[in-house]
Amino acid sequence: MPSEISKELFEHLVELAALGLKPEEAEYLHNELNKQLNVIEELASISLDDSISAASHGVPYSASIRPPLREDQIIPSGISTEILDQTPETEAGYIVVPKIPHETLE
Amino acid sequence: MELCDLPAHELAARIRNREVSAVEALDSALARVRAVDGDPGRLEGFREDGDRVHAFITLTEERARARAISIDEKIGKGEDNGPLVGVPFTAKDIFTVKGVLATAASRILSNFVAPYTATPIQRLEAAGAVMLGKVNLDEFTYGSSNESSAYQPAPRNPWDTSRVPGGSSGGSAAAVAAGEGAFSLGTDTSGSIRQPAAFCGVVGLKPTYGRVSRYGLIAFGSSLDCPGPLARNVRDAALMMNAIAGADPRDATAAAVPVPDYTADLEKGVKGLRIGLSPDYGQLTFFNHDTGQLDARPLPKEISEAVARAADLFSNLGAEIVENVSMPHTRYGIPTYFVISRVEASSNLHRYDGVKYGYRTQEKVANLRELYRKTRAEGFGPQPKLRILMGMYVSAVQYAEQYYQRALRVRSLIRSDFDAAFDPNGKHRLDALLTATTPTTAFPMGQLYGDSVLMQYADQLTVTANHAGVPAISIPAGLSSERLPIGIQFIGPDFSEAKLFQISRAYEEATETESWRAEKPKVLATV
Repeated sequence: MPSEISKELFEHLVELAALGLKPEEAEYLHNELNKQLNVIEELASISLDDSISAASHGVPYSASIRPPLREDQIIPSGISTEILDQTPETEAGYIVVPKIPHETLE
Repeated sequence: MELCDLPAHELAARIRNREVSAVEALDSALARVRAVDGDPGRLEGFREDGDRVHAFITLTEERARARAISIDEKIGKGEDNGPLVGVPFTAKDIFTVKGVLATAASRILSNFVAPYTATPIQRLEAAGAVMLGKVNLDEFTYGSSNESSAYQPAPRNPWDTSRVPGGSSGGSAAAVAAGEGAFSLGTDTSGSIRQPAAFCGVVGLKPTYGRVSRYGLIAFGSSLDCPGPLARNVRDAALMMNAIAGADPRDATAAAVPVPDYTADLEKGVKGLRIGLSPDYGQLTFFNHDTGQLDARPLPKEISEAVARAADLFSNLGAEIVENVSMPHTRYGIPTYFVISRVEASSNLHRYDGVKYGYRTQEKVANLRELYRKTRAEGFGPQPKLRILMGMYVSAVQYAEQYYQRALRVRSLIRSDFDAAFDPNGKHRLDALLTATTPTTAFPMGQLYGDSVLMQYADQLTVTANHAGVPAISIPAGLSSERLPIGIQFIGPDFSEAKLFQISRAYEEATETESWRAEKPKVLATV
């Protein structure tokens, strides 16, 4: 039986992802997700024995090709002003954000 | 022939010999942009001209002119300026260039001026090349047609402007085909260099993962992304690789493997090389929405014939053609990709929040959480949103074992297909596998866009190389009856780019006098 992302789960994912969606957009995305999931289910049919390990990269990074670790040195970027120039709102070199919501834990 | 139509290696030689100046080369490329490109992409109020290429997002004319003038001054003083001296090129707008907009074709980065330059761009400029500007792509590279760009009009295919240029490096491939720059720097995560190269009739190489630094590349799938060249001929692509390949202290995945001269073996031919054909690449998988099943069907005849013709040609040139190479996990490339790339994409997209840089909602918000939600809702188009949601789902604690961990293990199986095919002591001992690059030629605009599953299957012949990390190149191999380019692909073992160039050049040389080589993209008919 193929899996399906329910409406409740979809809404939960949208909330976790911090995405506000318009109704027609939500309907399209929800539908596409389930179509994609149908394809992904193909993976369930492959028999995988314990000898097959997960590959975090295709290319095995053997010691001979792995770049050496850098010296632990401070190299000033010299571009902190340019980086902060890209920030929507700053004050005295600090990034300004609206109030951070919080809940008091029991 | 205009200067902008010359191969990069020839143009650089003329500039070096002072037959032409870097400024003249730049002016020729800019004149071509004005003649064929139409308005650049923008977020609002765009004007589309259905006969134009629309490759650009940002033209950096002033910056380019300053560089060209400085190059001409240096040449005047007899200073050496590098192997790509004065050659105009474009960069996919997914790379950063200090002081230049870097949009990723997304509203969420529409105001982002990069504070530093990507390593591959810095290296191309150090080799003397002159960047004309930044070209369009699918939003954050998420697509195979360029239609998902937030910057409209989307690029069009120079061979037939009612069709897509492919994607996601569609602006790059279209610009190169139309003479807007001699080459372009693209990226390939599942076929995003090779598929548009095939659709637009140019050469495109996805290097080995880690061969080219990703520093300054806006990330999609960090274990899959490869920057690489798109060019009009094999030698130019090799020259680009000479410039961009190699270790980089700013990217720990850039491998410490010496960079050969990729042009050294170009003319060595294919005598004695073993080139494989696999039935698993001769069959296409399509998702049937009516039955919910995957259907198989053979490659379109014109495409499979191009592959067969290439095999015959190589055989005549002295290569050994090895048939029936089994690559049994090829069909799992797309399902595996749907999982791995989404997990990596959603992780990489969490940083866009309207706080540190990029777009921030203009609406009033009560708190930070609402700022995130409104900014991301307005800033991302549907494709990034889809990837975020799927990536979060398949990596969630309760589903990760079933999907993400499983997909990573299937990636090992896909890799094992290639390990077996290329094993020097194995049954096949291949130097390269020969396949078609794409399941179809360039499709009409609007045909697939919106159907995220069918669009993804456009990458089914290219995505396996990304999973395996191995290098793969697409080169032009003729025109269809509709006069649309057909691409063939060579896939080789890790770090075998020089051999892939050698094989590609042999094909290029042997077909130099064929009549299709003289045909030009339709948009060039009026220039």
